[in-house]
Amino acid sequence: MRFTKDHEWVTLDGDIATIGISAHAAEQLGDVVFVETPELGKAVKAGDAFAVVESVKAASDVYAPISGEVVDANTVLGDAPETVNADPENGGWFAKVKVANASEYDALMDRPAYEAFLATQ
Amino acid sequence: MTMNTVGRPTRPEGSAANTGFTSLTGARGLLQDEPLIFELGGWDKTGVDLDEAEHDASDLAGLTRAGVPLPGLSEPETMRHFVRLSQKNHAIDLALYPLGSCTMKHNPRLNEKAARMAGFADLHPLAPVSTTQGALELMDRLAHWLKTLTGMPAVAMTPKAGAHGELCGLLCIKAAHEAAGQGLRRTVLVPTSAHGTNPATAAFVGYNVTEIAQTPDGRVDLADLEAKLGPHVAAIMVTNPNTCGLFERDILEISRLTHAAGAYFYCDGANFNAIVGRVRPGDLGVDAMHINLHKTFSTPHGGGGPGAGPVVLSAALAPFAPAPWVVNGPEGLHLVEEATAEATQAFGRMSAFHGQMGMFVRAYAYMRSHGSDGLRQVAEDAVLNANYIKARLSGAMSPAFPDGPCMHEALFDDAWLEGTGITTLDFAKAMIDEGFHPMTMYFPLVVHGAMLIEPTETESKRELDRFCDALLALAQTARAGDADRFKGAPYLAPLRRLDETLAARKPKLAWRSEPATVAPTPLAAE
Repeated sequence: MRFTKDHEWVTLDGDIATIGISAHAAEQLGDVVFVETPELGKAVKAGDAFAVVESVKAASDVYAPISGEVVDANTVLGDAPETVNADPENGGWFAKVKVANASEYDALMDRPAYEAFLATQ
Repeated sequence: MTMNTVGRPTRPEGSAANTGFTSLTGARGLLQDEPLIFELGGWDKTGVDLDEAEHDASDLAGLTRAGVPLPGLSEPETMRHFVRLSQKNHAIDLALYPLGSCTMKHNPRLNEKAARMAGFADLHPLAPVSTTQGALELMDRLAHWLKTLTGMPAVAMTPKAGAHGELCGLLCIKAAHEAAGQGLRRTVLVPTSAHGTNPATAAFVGYNVTEIAQTPDGRVDLADLEAKLGPHVAAIMVTNPNTCGLFERDILEISRLTHAAGAYFYCDGANFNAIVGRVRPGDLGVDAMHINLHKTFSTPHGGGGPGAGPVVLSAALAPFAPAPWVVNGPEGLHLVEEATAEATQAFGRMSAFHGQMGMFVRAYAYMRSHGSDGLRQVAEDAVLNANYIKARLSGAMSPAFPDGPCMHEALFDDAWLEGTGITTLDFAKAMIDEGFHPMTMYFPLVVHGAMLIEPTETESKRELDRFCDALLALAQTARAGDADRFKGAPYLAPLRRLDETLAARKPKLAWRSEPATVAPTPLAAE
């Protein structure tokens, strides 16, 4: 699992990347009340806003950590947005993307690097 | 994702012991526990004696409905229902209303008397202008004073509220850029401390929004502004005094840099109360600024009545102002509509008619009753009152920007609550038990656990002292470790701590009838 400075996580299985927000982000957001996942087939570029997460505190854009085409979205979040709080780095995934360039994955932070980054915040 | 780390807890935590006593009926003394009007029912009754309808059902092409479920209440029942609800509401006529960035000042009754005069209140917007000369003259005079107070050559009177005014200002800016062949300017710069409406307005007009950083002392970071300005920038939106209650001391340089980059300077006038009569935005290089008549010139929201957000415009933007506007000519006053030659560059309309007439009358009455010296004193007293609160509370609470005076509002952060387990939200709820409406919380977002207090000029020193005494007593209790008083608050309000998360996840936006309780049969007059 890799992380961005904007608190998204991504895992890579073959050329399919699964994307969500980190446990730290979910905790900071507080209770999530709404998630807007991207449309299937949408082409995203790393750094683009591609989903929205809303807690009672604030609405935030979620940025694509990696470029590619959206091939799946987590429909569970529509009825149960609280899954993002309960299981942020697994069941609370947002979308799956068919990756164009796997080297983008390698450029992201691994968990120790992300935790070191959080310590500086 | 962008992170907001300073938000508030949104669920009740734990449950501190209740006060113990509950009445048998659920009432709190003479304050009734009032259900929804639909729950009062009376479905088989009607409170008024109506004649049998004489319509011919065939005229309705079969679209008649068999019964409309409306509660049937008598006049006294209806009256009591709404008065009981109003008792649960807080109002500026009951007590201090210290919401920062909202200017909840007293609304003089003289305004209300003037606004209710039949010659203003009963006018139809389509009445011939020959019959509405007095109303048009009032609008023309109000426009004159708005231009004079701001040092700006033009004003668009029709926007209906602050955010509507922002929209009007940005549409003028967009029209001006397009007329100059600069339509490719697609970005609006907004400081991190801005009102949420600023980036929302820019996005609504179709602009991209870029944030400008803030300096440690709460002002626009000039170096960051300069780095972000360029040929792609259409405008900058700055609030002055800003939402931290601080005067942007580099405002002239902000203005110079903005214009040098070919962009326009939009000023959010929500905090004009702090500088009215003292500073003319036109002298600062502002190109457009909305004026919340319902803040600066009394009649705050919650004090009754709608808003009004006229926008003053610089000479560069004036030709694009929306129609209609009033012109005082040799043959009397008339309205310039967009169909006429005088309004060929107008970008369109912000509203069907002239604007919020009742608010025009109130604002004009307020200006005339204060006079120019009185308006200047409004700003002075508003700033003095805020600084009095800042000085009295600074020993016990932590001011977000301790150095130097503030303008019209005093801003504290939650650093002083550290280690108590009490949050800004808990503190605010405990204020309700002490008889005070909370201040604005968690805004501006750039200050952790923000508490933004705006007393306005209409509070007496006695009331300010009562408020400060209550907050100091609460602060002392908080630091003494009595967390239950805060975590369980409010204890004495009609409702206890609400579950905002549940409300957001499972909102009930409309009342729905329970099949067993409602029989939607046709109502017959008795």
